[in-house]
Amino acid sequence: MERTDLHLWVLPLLPLLGAAVNGFFGKGRSRGVIGGIACTTVGLAFVYAVYLFFTASYAEHAHIEFIAPWIAAGAFHADFALYLDPLSMLMTLVVTGVGFLIHVYATAYMAEEDGFYRFFSYLNLFMFFMLTLVLAGNYLLLFVGWEGVGLCSYLLIGFYYLKKSAGDAGKKAFIVNRIGDFGFVLGMFLIISTAGSLDYDKVFMAFRGSSVENGMGPITIICLLLLAGACGKSAQLPLYVWLPDAMEGPTPVSALIHAATMVTAGVYMVARSSPLFVKAPDAMTAVAIVGCATSLFAATIGLVQTDIKKVLAYSTVSQLGYMFLACGVGAFSAGIFHVMTHAFFKALLFLGAGSVITAMHHDQEMTNMGGLRKKIPITFATMTIACLAIAGFPGLAGFFSKDEILWQTYSHGHAWMWALGTLTAAMTAFYMFRLLFLTFFGEPRSDHAHHAHESPRSMTVPLIVLAVMSVIGGFVGVPHVWGGHNEIEKFLEPSVGAPAMHVAGEASDAPAESDPTAERLFSLYAVLAGFSGIGFAYYAYVAKPDTGRRLSEKFHGAYQVLLKKYYVDELYDVLFVHPINWVSRAFLWHVVDSGVIDGTANGLADGAQAVGGVAKRIQSGLIRSYAAWIVIGAVSVLLYMTMVWAK
Amino acid sequence: MLPNYIPAHVPISWYLILSAMLFVLGVAGFLLKRNIVTVFMSIELMLNAVNLSFIAFGFMQHTVAVNAQVFVFFVMVVAAAEAAVGLAIIIMVHRNRKSLNVDDIELMKF
Amino acid sequence: METILFFVFAALALGSAINLIRESHPIYSALSLVAVMGALAGLYLLLGAEFIAVVQVIVYAGAIMVLFIFVLMLLNAEEEVKIDRTKIAVRLGYPLLVLLAVEIISVLRAKFPSEITSHADLLNGDNTREVGRMLFDNYLLPFEVTSVLMLVAIMGAVVMGKRKS
Repeated sequence: MERTDLHLWVLPLLPLLGAAVNGFFGKGRSRGVIGGIACTTVGLAFVYAVYLFFTASYAEHAHIEFIAPWIAAGAFHADFALYLDPLSMLMTLVVTGVGFLIHVYATAYMAEEDGFYRFFSYLNLFMFFMLTLVLAGNYLLLFVGWEGVGLCSYLLIGFYYLKKSAGDAGKKAFIVNRIGDFGFVLGMFLIISTAGSLDYDKVFMAFRGSSVENGMGPITIICLLLLAGACGKSAQLPLYVWLPDAMEGPTPVSALIHAATMVTAGVYMVARSSPLFVKAPDAMTAVAIVGCATSLFAATIGLVQTDIKKVLAYSTVSQLGYMFLACGVGAFSAGIFHVMTHAFFKALLFLGAGSVITAMHHDQEMTNMGGLRKKIPITFATMTIACLAIAGFPGLAGFFSKDEILWQTYSHGHAWMWALGTLTAAMTAFYMFRLLFLTFFGEPRSDHAHHAHESPRSMTVPLIVLAVMSVIGGFVGVPHVWGGHNEIEKFLEPSVGAPAMHVAGEASDAPAESDPTAERLFSLYAVLAGFSGIGFAYYAYVAKPDTGRRLSEKFHGAYQVLLKKYYVDELYDVLFVHPINWVSRAFLWHVVDSGVIDGTANGLADGAQAVGGVAKRIQSGLIRSYAAWIVIGAVSVLLYMTMVWAK
Repeated sequence: MLPNYIPAHVPISWYLILSAMLFVLGVAGFLLKRNIVTVFMSIELMLNAVNLSFIAFGFMQHTVAVNAQVFVFFVMVVAAAEAAVGLAIIIMVHRNRKSLNVDDIELMKF
Repeated sequence: METILFFVFAALALGSAINLIRESHPIYSALSLVAVMGALAGLYLLLGAEFIAVVQVIVYAGAIMVLFIFVLMLLNAEEEVKIDRTKIAVRLGYPLLVLLAVEIISVLRAKFPSEITSHADLLNGDNTREVGRMLFDNYLLPFEVTSVLMLVAIMGAVVMGKRKS
């Protein structure tokens, strides 16, 4: 572990500075200044991250930078320490790079809004917390960043705070996150009690010698609790409900927080904890099952949504499921690879959607769009690239990462999950292209669509950059069977290990994972799934545009269920929200707070007053009563002295 | 002569008990009388009782100790000074309130 | 002989003290107090303190009590009104006093058994000389201080007695 000073603290500090300057001094300044400060800080952080990428030495051993002591309680220490290794380096690059592009985009998108300075202050604050999260050297500092990004997402989702639905969405995000955090905190406590510390190096060292567990051992429980936290943050079943509602926030917020960075914190945390997870196969299975189920579930909902941002939200949940699936089968590097590529094309999709929405004068319903490809060509071109990437078109970024995940799933023996994952891939392709066709093809279905025009340069340039990344971003992970060297897997190996290693405890009914023919074949299956989805979408929305309506009428019941998102929100309402509300109001408020607590406080005050009221009568002013008191005192003292003391 | 149960010499304790009783009577007067001057006189009674016990203690020594008597002398001096000043105060109080009832002087309170 | 005299003077003292409390007119109380002082002077003589006995009569009975009576007559004191505004002193007064008396007397009886008697046969009549010598020998400073005390008292009394005119 090297300790030369790389000044890692610069990375989170720059955006924090931006947030402080904009937050305290930004009100009333010109848009250019505010936006300039915000973008510059993130841009500088990105530049420094690139510099570190090329020059710093973190591959062999992680670079730990100690900043300040924090907690020292008996044998337990937790410090402000930053940790640079391949995993955090990659995450930092993604966060700062994509973050910078989104900041630039937002200067144009939010130009008409009130609270411009507030927006950028929050956005920079978010970057600060996110960088703290990925660069943290121990679970506690990670948790600080974790909570901080939760806070910022609340602030940003509820940015239009005058709208009740926005405020509610912000609250929902924060509360559901907290439920997951409860599990995370319990997991941290368990880690402290078993390993004695929360520092990554110490924890991993402590567990290195443990044997692989069978059943519910302590490590498994820790991992399950960490998984609970990750489910909250990364919107997996059953804690995904906040993410679709979070679309209330401005579109750049959706792009940054919910597509590219924050929701991937859960995946990052699971990948970071890979030394623990590999010792707990049952927990890994749980991760995989959660991921697989979530991706399928969300994809089915996304098939029928009509709000363009909601489709993208459910697609995010679904893609996050893929990342969890990857981690669950042991291919942590594949999961992180998908994080990276997903950041590119999902951010592109959201920013593109923002461009569409701006062109449509803030109308988000796809049923009102149509024929936009002639009106906003740059947006159209970039979004097409993004859709192709997410559908797994060969050669684009999503192809390599999704392929890797599906192949690793199959080769580790989980045939069922591979099948479901492939089905999900088909559905993904379908609904993404449905989005594309509905939005850009056909005839304009409303006045706004008719009069749409392209967005300014500061919005289209980030789109173009992200489109380029979506195309070439996959090339760092080309597997050997296609002639590449899979650099990303090698790059991440010091942090998360190689996929093959993680099957250690499992029975090997897995087909030989180094079978190149099988790998190529499965790639083909994935591509076919993607093409079938695209083809069906073309048929349904371009060739025979009536198809959607006819199917929805024919399968009316199923359609309703999907449209209403399986009624999950209503279920949670009945099961949890209303009972808790009732208990809070009827019991905790009226009985405990008003009755007991206020009653005790008031009662004490009344009692003191009563005692005072009685006691004050001693002071009558009359000499004789004072004399009487003196005599009482003298008599008592004499009594004491003769009776008690003299003995 | 005297009957047997009456001793020839008076035990000191009798003088002390007499002094105690006079003292208690003085306290009684202080608590129970309503005229200021009478209350003041009860204080003088208390002082006298204490003088008596001083003299009695002085007499108890094998040689008649004169220290006690000197002390009693000083007590009397102080009593005289106190009486003078106290009566002057009483006169002033009477001027303001036209009443000698001790219960009418009730300003020693908040 | 001595015993009889003791009883006589003691009875006189106690009786006058009780009378002091029982009388409602302050002049009668003052006169009772004079009687108490006289009786005490007699007791001092029995205890061999001639000087103090005489000083008691001259200063206490003769000057201080006269001062009291002057003030009573000046203020035109009348019989006491029978209104009590304090409840404690009245209600608790008697029990407290009894308790006080019992306490003190019990201590005295415990500490001074009846065998200790006076030494009246040691009286030799030059008490005055001894007191005088003590005053100007050992207790010179207190003596001088008391003279200052008297001066202060006189000044205080004069200042307070003046009418504001």
